[in-house]
Amino acid sequence: MLTEFGRVFIFFLIGAIFVAAGLVTAWLLRPHRWYPNKLTTYECGEEPVGNALTKFNLRFYVVALIFLIFDVEVVFLFPWAVVFQKLGMFAFVEMLIFLAILLVGYAYVWAKGDLDWDRPIPTIPSMKSIAPVAHEHPQEATVWEKTEYGTSR
Amino acid sequence: MGLLDKQFNNSNVIITSLDNLLNWARLSSMWGMQFGLACCAIEMMATGASHYDLDRFGIFFRATPRQSDVMIVAGTVTLKMASRIKRLYDQMSEPRYVISMGSCSNCGGPYWEHGYHVLKGVDRVIPVDVYVPGCPPRPEALMEGLMKLQGKIRSHSSVKQSA
Repeated sequence: MLTEFGRVFIFFLIGAIFVAAGLVTAWLLRPHRWYPNKLTTYECGEEPVGNALTKFNLRFYVVALIFLIFDVEVVFLFPWAVVFQKLGMFAFVEMLIFLAILLVGYAYVWAKGDLDWDRPIPTIPSMKSIAPVAHEHPQEATVWEKTEYGTSR
Repeated sequence: MGLLDKQFNNSNVIITSLDNLLNWARLSSMWGMQFGLACCAIEMMATGASHYDLDRFGIFFRATPRQSDVMIVAGTVTLKMASRIKRLYDQMSEPRYVISMGSCSNCGGPYWEHGYHVLKGVDRVIPVDVYVPGCPPRPEALMEGLMKLQGKIRSHSSVKQSA
């Protein structure tokens, strides 16, 4: 006999077979004619620039997280507001406490400066080479300067 | 490689039945590429909207070439747009079809002589299946073009063509 979870397993199995059968049938029937231009990334018809899996700035993550928190807050507020009249004073105070907790978090994020959107000025480490590098200073490529390492010409 | 497409030199009852099924499926859901170039696009939008209702043919517009079957070139193809159209056509998955809508994309239209910036017919960059005449064509004309394309798909065969 099947257990309760056995029935769930059968649902999973049928779902997997359904998807696999569709994909395999399409693979057998469809035309297989590809060329490099066909496989390029779709960028509204423009020449694709870089990879589709590009890196995004990490600060979008913080903003998205804060947005998500207040989004969920609204989700809680709506059903509360619908039955607000029936619930009375207790629910009102409860909701005020809930809002206050979220407000403290908001103030914390604000005070920490996570909402500032000024661009950081990264310090790129540099190294002065002993030998002259031709592509950096084309005009001075042949002139060897006296450096702290004592080479000169 | 696949089992069906261009794998057989001769036809038989299984292949023709499968072809009929595939063609019926393809002509019943010709998803359009969602882009418009000029005033023909307004007529195309009107055709897609509720009054003329392309949805009853199973046609609606997708915003990516990967999911679309029919490219309706609706409007003036400028030289700048021609390379984009070529790229979009390349990115569509097969089987793919092209409807040239209106005089501009058929042959250059009113720009046929002095339009220094207009491609004289979109068939100079991509193969066209159905030409819809008009400037711009009425929605009924576009619908007839789509039905002509359905007829073309209906007679499609996956048997390898002898040269």
